[in-house]
Amino acid sequence: MAFLGLDITWDSTLRNVILGSMILGLTSGVLGSFAVLRRQSLIGDALAHAALPGICLMFMFTSTRSSELLLLGGALSGLLGTIVLIAITRWSLVKEETALGIVLSVFFGFGILLLTRIQHSGDAGQSGLDRFIFGQAATILPRDVAVMGIVATVAIGLVVMMFKEFKIITFDPAYAASIGMRPGLFGAVLAGLLVLAVMIGLQTVGVILMVSLLIAPAVAARQWTNSLSAMVILAGVFGMVAGVAGSVTSSLVDRLPTGPMIVIAASIIVIVSLLFAPNRGVLSTYRSRRLRAARFKAELALADHHGVSRS
Amino acid sequence: MSRATTAEPFSTRQDAPSVIEVRDLTVAYNESPVLWDVDLDVQLGKATAIVGPNGAGKSTLLKAILGLVPIAAGATRVFGSELNSVRQRMAYIPQRGSVDWDFPTNALDVVTMGRYGRIGWFRRPGKADRAIAEECLAKVGMSQFAKRQISQLSGGQQQRVFLARALAQEADLYLMDEPFAGVDAVTERAIVQLLHDVRDAGKTVVAVHHDIESVTEYFDNVVLLNVRLIESGPVSQVFTEENLRRTYHPPSHPIGFNGQGSTLRAGSEMTPMEAMLR
Repeated sequence: MAFLGLDITWDSTLRNVILGSMILGLTSGVLGSFAVLRRQSLIGDALAHAALPGICLMFMFTSTRSSELLLLGGALSGLLGTIVLIAITRWSLVKEETALGIVLSVFFGFGILLLTRIQHSGDAGQSGLDRFIFGQAATILPRDVAVMGIVATVAIGLVVMMFKEFKIITFDPAYAASIGMRPGLFGAVLAGLLVLAVMIGLQTVGVILMVSLLIAPAVAARQWTNSLSAMVILAGVFGMVAGVAGSVTSSLVDRLPTGPMIVIAASIIVIVSLLFAPNRGVLSTYRSRRLRAARFKAELALADHHGVSRS
Repeated sequence: MSRATTAEPFSTRQDAPSVIEVRDLTVAYNESPVLWDVDLDVQLGKATAIVGPNGAGKSTLLKAILGLVPIAAGATRVFGSELNSVRQRMAYIPQRGSVDWDFPTNALDVVTMGRYGRIGWFRRPGKADRAIAEECLAKVGMSQFAKRQISQLSGGQQQRVFLARALAQEADLYLMDEPFAGVDAVTERAIVQLLHDVRDAGKTVVAVHHDIESVTEYFDNVVLLNVRLIESGPVSQVFTEENLRRTYHPPSHPIGFNGQGSTLRAGSEMTPMEAMLR
């Protein structure tokens, strides 16, 4: 258990893991900001869970072990899950959160069923598909990092390009439509980018924990700033910090899984932000409420002293 | 969004030019219509109030004019043209409660959003846009709150920010959804002043309005609406007790078809179509 020695920095596996986790944290922080502000973060959760059957089916049909192909299968079934979710909400009387639960559990259950079949078939245990459930960062190859980098560049590039559009459809969709902005179209683009962010994360943190990387950096960033651009940048930075902290910690200590460590690191950032952020933090609001109460009390006492009626 | 077209041509009236023409407009969210067969002309350079009970379809009328809701039948035209070609000339002020005021942004930034329709896709607001936004914020007396997070503004201040955003659009037609709802007296006076300034500059204002007492003082024209159009025209002619009674207590057909907080009375003179829709 060395402590941040050079030997660790030059370990190529660890370098891949750190790079991959950074890219993941950055992308999910940026896109998670919009998902959280649009109150759609749980759609990311349904989407991640819904990716599992697609990954399994892709393996069953192609016997491939390449992450890109498997994740493509995951993206397709994730999209299918999202479409089913929207269809249920629009054309039935079932409420959205119920529809979320239905899609999430049905798709995930089906995925687990397929996974069990695969693991009991000929090439038992060789598929390595279970890495997509809780994530297994050590399986990330340089090729995977390159693919993640390209996908992340495209996703973040689009966010930078359409920042003004994404901002207005998130804040005031009716107004956006009134100036001809098409909130439906841009909302769909954002949802598509969310799919990309989730796919980037599946190999590292897995389908179950993925949603926390969408929500945590965004929630933490919102605490520190009142500007959308600052929030998006800060969420990306928090995501990267969590990625690096999580992957380094897990490499320093034996038998610490990377994905959950990244999530724990992100959670610590959230807790600190919720407690200590100026203005919006719990401590800050508590203190200002106490100060206000004290001031009112003093004013009332003063008024009493001068014989002014309090009623 | 597909818009129904009718064979019936828009009339060309000679007396006063119409900014908004609404013909046979019917809108339905569910099976019952929210607006039924509405015909309406809004005059250029006037301040027009849309008045009617809850669930009368006032907000929906504004949204239909803006193309924000699907139209079941009929058609609307603005400035005599198809909607998408005149969007830059229209400014919409949604109800204050329709957005999340805890959004990470400040007052000046919201006003700058008024420029978004003009600066085109993928481009950022520039210095000129910022200057216009600051000017508009000043016009509503909110300059000192430019950098304040919008949830820390009072209801009236938030409404003024929305007004400033509409001013920043530099439009010719202003469509306001309940601009006076839940605002303080200072804001109400500021809004009325602004509304009259805009009108006196030759622009057109249409506002959903709830306070019957102030219609005569604030507006030139009035549209009395209760799912159907009851009456529209100059306040002095149309805003009578009899017409108000017909708007709020229609004798022959149920108050509000859409069931939003309104009671359905058995109508004795329902058309077969209405009976089917019930």
